[in-house]
Amino acid sequence: MYTERVMDHFNCPRNMGEADGYNAEGTVGNAKCGDIMRMTMRIEEGVIKDVKFKTFGCGAAVATSSIATEMVMGKTVEEALALTNKAVVEALEGLPPQKIHCSVLAEEAVKAAIEDYNRKKP
Amino acid sequence: MFVYCDNAATTPLCKPAFDAMLPWLETGYGNASGFYKLARDAKKALENARRTAASCLGVAPEEFYFTSGGTESDNWALKGACDKGGHIVISAAEHHAVLNTAEFLKKKGHPLTVVPVDSDGTVSPEALQKALQPDTAIVSVIYANNEIGTVQPVAELARTVKEYNKKILFHTDAVQAAGHIPLEITPEIDMLSLSAHKFGGPKGIGAMVLKNGVKLTPLLHGGGHERGRRSTTENVAGAIGLAAALEYMCQNRETFAIRTASLRDRLINGILSEIPYSRLTGHRANRLPGNASFVFASVEGESLVLKLDSLGVAASSGSACSSASLDPSHVLLAIGLPHEEAHGSLRLTVGHENTEEEMDYVIKSVKTAVEHCRNMSPLWDAKKGEPINVH
Repeated sequence: MYTERVMDHFNCPRNMGEADGYNAEGTVGNAKCGDIMRMTMRIEEGVIKDVKFKTFGCGAAVATSSIATEMVMGKTVEEALALTNKAVVEALEGLPPQKIHCSVLAEEAVKAAIEDYNRKKP
Repeated sequence: MFVYCDNAATTPLCKPAFDAMLPWLETGYGNASGFYKLARDAKKALENARRTAASCLGVAPEEFYFTSGGTESDNWALKGACDKGGHIVISAAEHHAVLNTAEFLKKKGHPLTVVPVDSDGTVSPEALQKALQPDTAIVSVIYANNEIGTVQPVAELARTVKEYNKKILFHTDAVQAAGHIPLEITPEIDMLSLSAHKFGGPKGIGAMVLKNGVKLTPLLHGGGHERGRRSTTENVAGAIGLAAALEYMCQNRETFAIRTASLRDRLINGILSEIPYSRLTGHRANRLPGNASFVFASVEGESLVLKLDSLGVAASSGSACSSASLDPSHVLLAIGLPHEEAHGSLRLTVGHENTEEEMDYVIKSVKTAVEHCRNMSPLWDAKKGEPINVH
């Protein structure tokens, strides 16, 4: 049901945890639906220096959050905002149809964190 | 190490069933409806299988109809019973084969009442009685639940129905129970579904116990097989496999049940004592000998199952993510679990072939998997070792 790439990210999640000295935080999803993603980022001069995730959810939810952190790490805020759920699905070499919403959550988590950063910016 | 802990999903084919089936897959291929010897031999073997299986259940051979499995039997019971209209009553802890058939019939215009269960998953006769109506055509209550293992007081429930109105048909889905616990098929029970692959038989064969005198519209029309009640060329090898497996289970039931229940209890006690914020689901005592089902705070079931798979343990979950919908299992919601807890469910179902050493490995693996998932979970406070309340 899952591609090898999804299983790889599920079994060996990248950037799991909380970014040291983070200045941006986004939490999306809800426990009722069975998916919550929390992304924390340390953004310096518009560049994502560190990003980490914590996810409550299925294999696809973990894998999409894990790969999304890889995709925005080191990128500028503008570049990260251009991340789409489609790109996340492609990077994972596909997701079952009923799991596409997980990739949407990953995109939203990245955006929520950046919005938080923009909001707090002096 | 690989440990198979999903016996409620399916069981390995037992040796007696395999041996009994083999000749009928090799040389005994005759169509049991033919007139020549090859066909007559197949027919004779089929009827022997029917007698054996019926006697294991204590019913007459002519009350035992082979079907393709539990789902077909359940469909037959519900669709056949309310062919001419009528109200349907089912419990809130039914298998999808009954639930979705009832929902289908509801869309066709049959009123449907779903009887609630208590926090153990048990249907009370009082609750059932309240659901009965003058035009009720059929009541269907699962013998033992597939997710949480709770065994229903089926005989008492059937009596309640018949005391209200003898004309209402009572059906029970005994797919998880048959072969594992003694079935009390009292006179008030009109129909009972079972499936061979849940007790060591092959897949694709099941049965319906249909009591003498019960009128039920057929689901399959055709050549008039199974005395006109279920047409299709007989699955002789399958029927023989079903009978051999059921006989094997019935002859060894006590030994197997004691062994399985002791493995189950080892698992339950180990997991509840080793893993904080874990909870057993289903009735503590009135449960299937092989069922150990849990919910774990702050983790999601599908992740747990995937992690366990990577550790060599085959298990299952009633979480939303194991299905196409976003809702967790209707059974877990019916016993009153909030959505977020119901997402963290894990079902381990053991068989008599499992060992104590395997159970200890499973306990260790579940602990590792839960820790792995909690470590990743934003709903778990790793420092304090407790769930974070999101509300």
